[in-house]
Amino acid sequence: MITFQKKGLLTTVQDLGRIGYQRYGMPVCGAMDHYAMELANILVGNPRGEAVIEATVLGPTLVFGEAEVFAITGGDFGPTLNGQPIENDRAYLAEAGDTLALPMAKAGARAYIAFAGGLDLEEVMGSRSTFLKGGVGGFQGRAIKEGDEIGLRAPCEDLPDLEDRAVPEKLLPPLQDHVTVRFTYGPQDDLFSAAGKRTFAASEYTLSDKSDRMGFRLDGPAVERAAGSDGNIISDGICFGAIQITNGQPIVMMADRQTTGGYPKLGCVITADLPLLAQLKAGDKVRFRPVSAAAAQAEYRRQQQALAKLEKRFAVPVEPQEALPLSGRFWVTVDGAEYDIYIEEM
Amino acid sequence: MAKILTSSDCSLCVEFGNAISEEINKQVRSFTVAAEAAGIEGVTELVPTYRSVTVHYRPEVIGYARLYEKLSRIVNGLQEAEIPPAGEIRVPVLYGGSHGPDLENVAKLHDMTPEEVIRLHTAPVYLNYMLGFLPGFCYLGGLDPRIHTPRLTTPRVSIPAGSVGIAGSQTGIYPLTSPGGWQLIGQTPLRLYDPKREKAILVDAGMNMIFYPIDEAEYERIRRENYPEEYAEGGDRT
Repeated sequence: MITFQKKGLLTTVQDLGRIGYQRYGMPVCGAMDHYAMELANILVGNPRGEAVIEATVLGPTLVFGEAEVFAITGGDFGPTLNGQPIENDRAYLAEAGDTLALPMAKAGARAYIAFAGGLDLEEVMGSRSTFLKGGVGGFQGRAIKEGDEIGLRAPCEDLPDLEDRAVPEKLLPPLQDHVTVRFTYGPQDDLFSAAGKRTFAASEYTLSDKSDRMGFRLDGPAVERAAGSDGNIISDGICFGAIQITNGQPIVMMADRQTTGGYPKLGCVITADLPLLAQLKAGDKVRFRPVSAAAAQAEYRRQQQALAKLEKRFAVPVEPQEALPLSGRFWVTVDGAEYDIYIEEM
Repeated sequence: MAKILTSSDCSLCVEFGNAISEEINKQVRSFTVAAEAAGIEGVTELVPTYRSVTVHYRPEVIGYARLYEKLSRIVNGLQEAEIPPAGEIRVPVLYGGSHGPDLENVAKLHDMTPEEVIRLHTAPVYLNYMLGFLPGFCYLGGLDPRIHTPRLTTPRVSIPAGSVGIAGSQTGIYPLTSPGGWQLIGQTPLRLYDPKREKAILVDAGMNMIFYPIDEAEYERIRRENYPEEYAEGGDRT
């Protein structure tokens, strides 16, 4: 069990989100920074989509009720274990009674804590992620509060090569407050003028403090509409990273976004760069660079391959089951009578 | 003809038109059914809306070009495809009183009796064009123009789940308790959305919906029966 002593600014349980229910109006939710979340799980030998704790800007403080292997990834919150500084992107063992604190983000905005064996929470519609607006999933459908207790599904006191479980430097995206993210055009880029598109791709935008898990509002030069567009569309689907333009200003749709919407979308941030965006705080700067869908997918595959490779390296070996021989001679006792049995493969 | 647009590096948008029309929405539904039946490996989710279907996929399983080609083939085969008819859901509504606090007002606005409003509201077969906004929220088409009613000037802070309302040319049901500015004319005891139920959301895009009036006793009966034993663990939730 883990017990929260400090709740932090917005601490929630998240995983890869609810897949398959957008057609019913159910938001996907899930981690804002999937890459960091998956790294955390890989470090502690979990499946990549296991539920983790997502901390936002001011992190939580929690106490372990039993010994447990854990790892922190994503933003650098200056984490400590019993007051001693520890590192991100590395697995540690906490003993029963140990206190883990993530004071505040020094770089990045969101940190992830994965627990070996996972959190003992029920799945709702195939996911443990918290849907805050609907009050569903995660821990009682809400953000963590002081005093909350979450059980560990299969507490784990040791993992093979615990001290070697760290993410290689080259797999860690830099945590910066000025980022350039790539995007693909569509599906309604034709509703913006050529000048509007140039403005968007050439300007620096500032993340507004009105941003949240649903969307990142950006302040900066207005994106001009094409002649004939009134700035609205007949509602259609919204993807993670979709760049929606409302009154000229971009909003990038994030994890808790609504499933559909009536504002035109100029493009979508590529999946591989979403983690850079998810680590921005209000006031941070972002630039956008267009790429082709093919280039975006090549980047996506590269990232997936890197994760898969690391996952393989840190996978917890399953104890080999002693297999029964397929043929041989067996002595079996049934109700006191002994039988001598020969089995042969046909 | 449908257009296949890029909506992200993990999704395509198959667009059948740019209007709210039953004809376009029918193509949306046909495509959704056909694409589902095709069971394309790597496709994770289909999201039908008024006039398009967003197809989510995993690029490490299927690339852009190959998916584009498969989806085009489905679009081109839609004429010949056999699409089963959309289902229908009948929604019981207790109109007026505390369940529909704006019914009197709506009637007065249109210079008719509350009974007339109920009659006009229960007459059409509504088409559920799509779901969105909230889990289980249906965008229904077919409201009689005689009861089109503007939103409240001051939205309510909290509208109970199941409330049936009118906003402009739209009618709909609040699937969960939330703020909103719709004129509330009644409430259904049916839970269109229940995340703990195996079928969490009762209505699909493309389905037809019919409202019918019920009295207080029927409302209470359906409400009770909506909580079968498996959901009643931990005490009586009625």
